[in-house]
Amino acid sequence: MRLLTTVLMIALTIFGVWSFIDHETFLFGPNPDDYAWWWPKELSSIGEGVDGLFYFISLLILIAFVGTMGALAWFIWKYSARRGDKAVFSHGSHKLEMIWTSVPAVLLVVIAVTQMQSWAEIKYPGAFQDEEGNPLPAFAEIWANQFNWMFRYPGEDGQFGTADDIESQYDMVVPMGDTLPKGKGVKGGQKLVFHLRTKDVLHSFFVPNLRIKQDAVPGMTIPIWFQVEPDEFDEVFGDEEDKSMDIICTELCGWGHYKMAGRLRVLPDAEFEQWMKDQVEAKYSSN
Amino acid sequence: MGEPGTVREHHDHHELGFIRKYIFSVDHKVIGLQFLFTGLIFFALGGLFAMAIRYQLAWPWEKMPVIGSVLFPNTGQAITPEFYTMLFTMHGTIMIFFVIIPLLTGAFGNYLIPLQIGAPDMAFPKLNMFGYWAMVPAIACVFMAFLSPGGGPAAGWTAYPPLSTLKDAAPGSLSGQTWWLMALTWVGVSSMMGAVNYVTTIVKMRAPGMTMFRMPLTIWGLFIAAVLQLFALPVLTAASIMQLMDRVLDTGFFTPTNLVVNQVNSEMAGAGAGGQPLLWQHLFWFYSHPAVYIMVLPAMGMVSDILSVHCRKPVFGYRPMVYSMSAIAGLGFIVWGHHMFMSGMNPVLGTTFMLATIMIALPSAIKVFNWLGTIWGSRIQLTTPMLNALGFVAMFIIGGLSGLWMAAAPVDIYIHDTYIVVAHFHYVVFGGSVFGIFAAIYHWFPKMFGRMMNETLGKIHFVGSFIFTNGVFYMMHQLGMAGLMRRTADPYAYEAYAHLQPLNQFITISAFCLFVWQIFFVGNFFYSMFWGKRVGRNPWRANSLEWDAPSPPGHGNFDNELTVYRGAYEYSSPESEEDYLPQTSKNA
Repeated sequence: MRLLTTVLMIALTIFGVWSFIDHETFLFGPNPDDYAWWWPKELSSIGEGVDGLFYFISLLILIAFVGTMGALAWFIWKYSARRGDKAVFSHGSHKLEMIWTSVPAVLLVVIAVTQMQSWAEIKYPGAFQDEEGNPLPAFAEIWANQFNWMFRYPGEDGQFGTADDIESQYDMVVPMGDTLPKGKGVKGGQKLVFHLRTKDVLHSFFVPNLRIKQDAVPGMTIPIWFQVEPDEFDEVFGDEEDKSMDIICTELCGWGHYKMAGRLRVLPDAEFEQWMKDQVEAKYSSN
Repeated sequence: MGEPGTVREHHDHHELGFIRKYIFSVDHKVIGLQFLFTGLIFFALGGLFAMAIRYQLAWPWEKMPVIGSVLFPNTGQAITPEFYTMLFTMHGTIMIFFVIIPLLTGAFGNYLIPLQIGAPDMAFPKLNMFGYWAMVPAIACVFMAFLSPGGGPAAGWTAYPPLSTLKDAAPGSLSGQTWWLMALTWVGVSSMMGAVNYVTTIVKMRAPGMTMFRMPLTIWGLFIAAVLQLFALPVLTAASIMQLMDRVLDTGFFTPTNLVVNQVNSEMAGAGAGGQPLLWQHLFWFYSHPAVYIMVLPAMGMVSDILSVHCRKPVFGYRPMVYSMSAIAGLGFIVWGHHMFMSGMNPVLGTTFMLATIMIALPSAIKVFNWLGTIWGSRIQLTTPMLNALGFVAMFIIGGLSGLWMAAAPVDIYIHDTYIVVAHFHYVVFGGSVFGIFAAIYHWFPKMFGRMMNETLGKIHFVGSFIFTNGVFYMMHQLGMAGLMRRTADPYAYEAYAHLQPLNQFITISAFCLFVWQIFFVGNFFYSMFWGKRVGRNPWRANSLEWDAPSPPGHGNFDNELTVYRGAYEYSSPESEEDYLPQTSKNA
């Protein structure tokens, strides 16, 4: 039993470490799919920050995991063999308590502080203002209902809820911003703000590649934004024909929750212009 | 009440009839066992629901072999999407409100509190009886919820409005949600009665010499959990009554204006308006996050005791253990917002919740270090309770560490509502609390029934459970890493998740094995109840007071006067020839 218990603990430790450091081939061998069993590649301006934070925390978790599980396995092996003599009679150690309280405390404060900036950049109201503090206009509205996504563009007048609005079911199409100048420290792309709304129950807008997720709440208009980086976009999709991404509902919204899908297509600016023209034409020709 | 210890004098023995003794009993031990058996029966039921969920995820919409024709005769012998939402709603509800909380606080709280502090019974025995019998309407309501016409509640165990409040939002769920809310209220009544009793008993009825800081950590865990329930439960009860009114009386606490559900304007259909869905989320998590700690603190306490007994060594850092449990409880009240990072709550508020949530990792880490400190330098007896306690520590390490990802709000953007969350809380609640419960059952079984459980069967049970538990829940991290969302009936509706099916099948097979493997536990339990090896008062040679009482203890618990001279952890003391030194022993 001594050997078996120790082996179980060591096996769990190895299993855990393996799943981290070799996540693409872990257990069942390599998977050609981009998603594999890991985070899909990111292609948005916030992706690097979020992923960096994930790997930083993962590293700390891994060290703590190996340390504690290793100690557990070692102690089980060592102290279950003890026969005859008594165990060490100790009620604790003030010094040790101080060490293992203060060291993790410092690390946790570091984790907490390092992510505040990233969180603020993604979600704080300041993210939805231009340099002068004026609110950025919404590029489109994202409407959720059981069990569909609808995207509404303001049309020529720039106003939502007017007769010239363009509506698109399922397909969310946005410009890449590739014609915009790349400045100092700016990787290009266009920062697009969207207003997320729902007609009925809660839904959640999730695009894994963009590292973006936000619940839609009835009665509330919640702004979200993303900025696709053209270089990273090309890196991920290369010459693939279908350059679209999944839009997934991640908040339980009823029996059809599982099938509430959409597609996000990021088009070069010129193609987006053309797409929009086609939409306008289709709208008026069908009337 | 008088001085501690004086209450013992006025119990007089008179034989009670079967009904008063075993059904409407006021004896804390019988009530504890009633909770134990009820909890274990519901554990099997909740487990069956989990198996159905796993079947659907491995082979979605496929005919269920053999039992499909019995269970789903009208839907092509397969699970429907409506039924799937009810399955995971009921799985969560049953496991949390009818299994883990009743087993930890109901069963072990009742059984152990008077015995470990040296009291003849609870402070309010009749209230205690009521606490158990309040579970009966709760059980009736939860069955009504599942069996009511049109189907059961389908809004998840979190019951977020407006899905839960508008009848048009979840077709089929006509009155299921209403019954569900009433079940929740009755469970709350039961927990409240228990909590009042536990706090009073622990504060007022300790044996002479049993100071607060001589109490076993089990009692501390149960005490802190009871205090959490006292402060948090009223909020849930109020919230569920508000939601009940939204459904039944068309009030508008949680239902906003101008909804169009199923092409019907909800106000035109008579529903209330002007409410705020986020209000429910705040109220719900104000209870349900502390509830997470209610579900783990007693297990932490029991595991600390079991480790100490079977390591033959004092608990390392007794006071830091108490302080860290208190810190978990205190911080536990200001972290509920981490369930709502993506909810549309003000993101600035999210930052404060993120800070508090990250800091709650600290007391949890301190506890792990102290458990390791307890094992260090010990003389481990690899008994079944000890193995399960070690299992608890290992799984709690994993469940605790993965919590750090979720606490970090930017990382949570990706992780929120994916299978990483499912993996995380199952490691804490199944890997942690359930292994803690197994450890506690194996450890205190001889006290409950005067007989040992079979060690060989117990070890077989542990090894299989440990392997399969990790087979199920570890791999869920991988699903979550790939971005798979929870509560989905068919992951492969998305092309991007099609490759996850073999992984899901692996998890499902592990889950089936885990479920079937529990035969070793059930068989062992009932076999040992009647034919296990008879034992005396103190088979584990442990220090705490319950081992001073006969096995099983009679009415009034103790047959001798008790005075406590020391803490519960004087194992391997140089003052004593034996490697243990009971709390009641005056001289070493």
